[in-house]
Amino acid sequence: MKKAILSGNEAIARGFLEAGGKLAAAYPGTPSTEVLETLSRHKGIHAEWSVNEKVALEVAIGGALSGVRSMACMKHVGVNVAADPLMTAAYTGIHAGLVLMAADDPGMFSSQNEQDTRHFARLGKIPCIEPSDSSESLQYAKAAFSLSESFDTPVILRTTTRISHCKSVVEDGASESPAGRGLARDFGKYVMLPGNAQKRHVFVEDRLVRLRDWAETSPLNRVIGGDSEIGFITSGISFQYVREAFPNAAVLKLGMTFPLPEKLIKKFASSVMKLAVVEELDPFLEEQVRAMGVTVHFGKNVLPLCGEFSQRLVREKISGSPLPAKAPVAGLLMRPPTFCPGCSHRGLYTVLAKLKLHVSGDIGCYTLGALPPFSSMHTCICMGASISAAHGMAKGLALQGGSQQKPVAVIGDSTFLHSGITGLINMVYNGGDAIVIVMNNDTTGMTGGQEHAGTGRSAQGSEAPRLDIAKLCQAIGAKRVREIDSYNIKELEKIVKEELAEKGPSVLISNQPCVLRYRVSKKAYAVEKATCKGCKLCLKAGCIALSFTPEGKTGFVTIDPLLCNGCGVCAQLCTTGAMTQP
Amino acid sequence: MSVFNILISGVGGQGVLLTSKIIAEAALLAGLDVKQSEVHGMAQRGGSVLSQVRFGEKVFSPIVTEGEADLLIGFEPLETARYLHFLKDDGAVIYNTRTIGTIGVSIGAQQYPADVNEVIKSRVKKVMPFDGTQLAVTAGDKRTLNLVLLGAALSSLPLKEQFILDAIVNTVPKKVLEINQKAFAAGKVQNT
Repeated sequence: MKKAILSGNEAIARGFLEAGGKLAAAYPGTPSTEVLETLSRHKGIHAEWSVNEKVALEVAIGGALSGVRSMACMKHVGVNVAADPLMTAAYTGIHAGLVLMAADDPGMFSSQNEQDTRHFARLGKIPCIEPSDSSESLQYAKAAFSLSESFDTPVILRTTTRISHCKSVVEDGASESPAGRGLARDFGKYVMLPGNAQKRHVFVEDRLVRLRDWAETSPLNRVIGGDSEIGFITSGISFQYVREAFPNAAVLKLGMTFPLPEKLIKKFASSVMKLAVVEELDPFLEEQVRAMGVTVHFGKNVLPLCGEFSQRLVREKISGSPLPAKAPVAGLLMRPPTFCPGCSHRGLYTVLAKLKLHVSGDIGCYTLGALPPFSSMHTCICMGASISAAHGMAKGLALQGGSQQKPVAVIGDSTFLHSGITGLINMVYNGGDAIVIVMNNDTTGMTGGQEHAGTGRSAQGSEAPRLDIAKLCQAIGAKRVREIDSYNIKELEKIVKEELAEKGPSVLISNQPCVLRYRVSKKAYAVEKATCKGCKLCLKAGCIALSFTPEGKTGFVTIDPLLCNGCGVCAQLCTTGAMTQP
Repeated sequence: MSVFNILISGVGGQGVLLTSKIIAEAALLAGLDVKQSEVHGMAQRGGSVLSQVRFGEKVFSPIVTEGEADLLIGFEPLETARYLHFLKDDGAVIYNTRTIGTIGVSIGAQQYPADVNEVIKSRVKKVMPFDGTQLAVTAGDKRTLNLVLLGAALSSLPLKEQFILDAIVNTVPKKVLEINQKAFAAGKVQNT
């Protein structure tokens, strides 16, 4: 068998293929993105970037109902968007296998919250399985399809950042090739009118009882014998931390974390002197174990609810004694993320900061405009919220009287198509009064540059119909739709001021490609030292290619030629003409 | 062998991930168990980036915690200093001395620490600072810094050179393989 090093996400993609999976749909979101990216390179299946997670899951439901094994992939907050179809697909069942791959982000490396997806499994009364490395990611993806079909249920395949993005050794397995089942047509099962749904709810409850029984003997749950002084119940990445921190301890490793095997858990608990339940985020397992009447000695009474774990944290918290530690070097500068040199968002935020506008923000690279030196994003809640929240702000401000300037919504192209459109329809329909700026950089930037309905290319990179954002906004009924050049800050400032003076919604669309995705590289600027007055106006561009060297009473600015991308925003801020493109 | 722990730190966009990918592949070729951890998404936008590689007979956790690292490969001085407390007492550091300002430095709100090289030297016995960026530019592309640093780290890795060389061929895109091999050789010479 061939060995390879794969990330958990790549391994899930391979597991999908080995399971004979045929249809996969996803919306990009860290840390889930690479599953569909990997699948988009394979022939003989359908893999697509859907416009949002709800659509992705509905496409996968349709795939399953058509008779082929199907999967939807998303990050944890995407499951909120997809929760509506998920809760009712739990009632209808699936025909062919249906898996929802959801990736949580403990520690919030790239997320706006730290919610625990396992609660959705309990809410929907459907199974949740959790791999603990890449090898299991492959195996569990296959197991998820078989479980789905055996019990006629959607299955949540839940990972966390350290499972999805860590790489470990994987061996190829045998491929299955399940025959297509053909289209499902069953009025009582797939048409969720109340009369049918009432019967299906009974089925759901019965299925849950049967799943609980199955969990007792499922190979997904296994006991690793060992020292019985402290026994551990754990799953996912926490299993690895427990094994490293307490290599000789007895462990009940749960591959399926909902529903739980009560008999197995009670038997294991009675075989050890003290019981520890080790899980990141919520006490999802622990509360269920306690509800069985089992005493948990170590759980969230010692382990944190927030952030991710490590082998060191598990060892320290369970043993109750801190390990020796060296102090980090004190007083080091932080290095927060920032716009890439040359990024089209920089010019926009230079203007928004200058005009001191109130900005209703959204999810994407442009969220970095909330950080200094711009500090020009004042809310960031969820995908698409910028436009709808700006509408609410404008209405709320109007009700309070006064003469405060109208709010500005900033949203990217992919996020606009994901769920910004509905907010704009709502704003236009309800007589809104705000400026909506769509920063169209022709890609899904923050997740590494994925295609979407506006790029003119499919997930495979082949030509696809290209949605025209300006025409769409006009069709919605927006009267004032203008194209802007976010690199031309003088012109941009003029346009924003004009729109502030108008009544009603204005939509401004910047069409400048992502410099990272499209490898845009213009000639670097340089500073003529003799001409630079050291006024620091250019530093408002907030670009890491710039640096200031104090000298005499003032100093001078230099541009790192290896970092500068030649966008010219800093040069437009310069009043002495010291910055030129040689 | 017991588990060997490596931290690779730098600034988003410097190519930290390729170095850890090659080391992990080399460990696999050597018949070892290996785990590699990295971070995607927001942190990659010019922020502090950390990748971790662990290999040995059997590896459980994919992450390296404080006091566990045998080797720290730093792509930038400040990002090297940030992880010094992760080193074992006899851990080694190989790092690029070319600095990249933080956004705080670039907007004139903060000063880049002038004494960063002294701080690193004072805390680590086995340390090798050098201008890797210059070697990468000389090799033909500043983006080959990751291979320059890998070359310089070679003598600190408990892996046969042939496994590293094969891993480079397996990992680096063919179009840029030659220039990357040149950068690796330049880094290796630096540390012999």
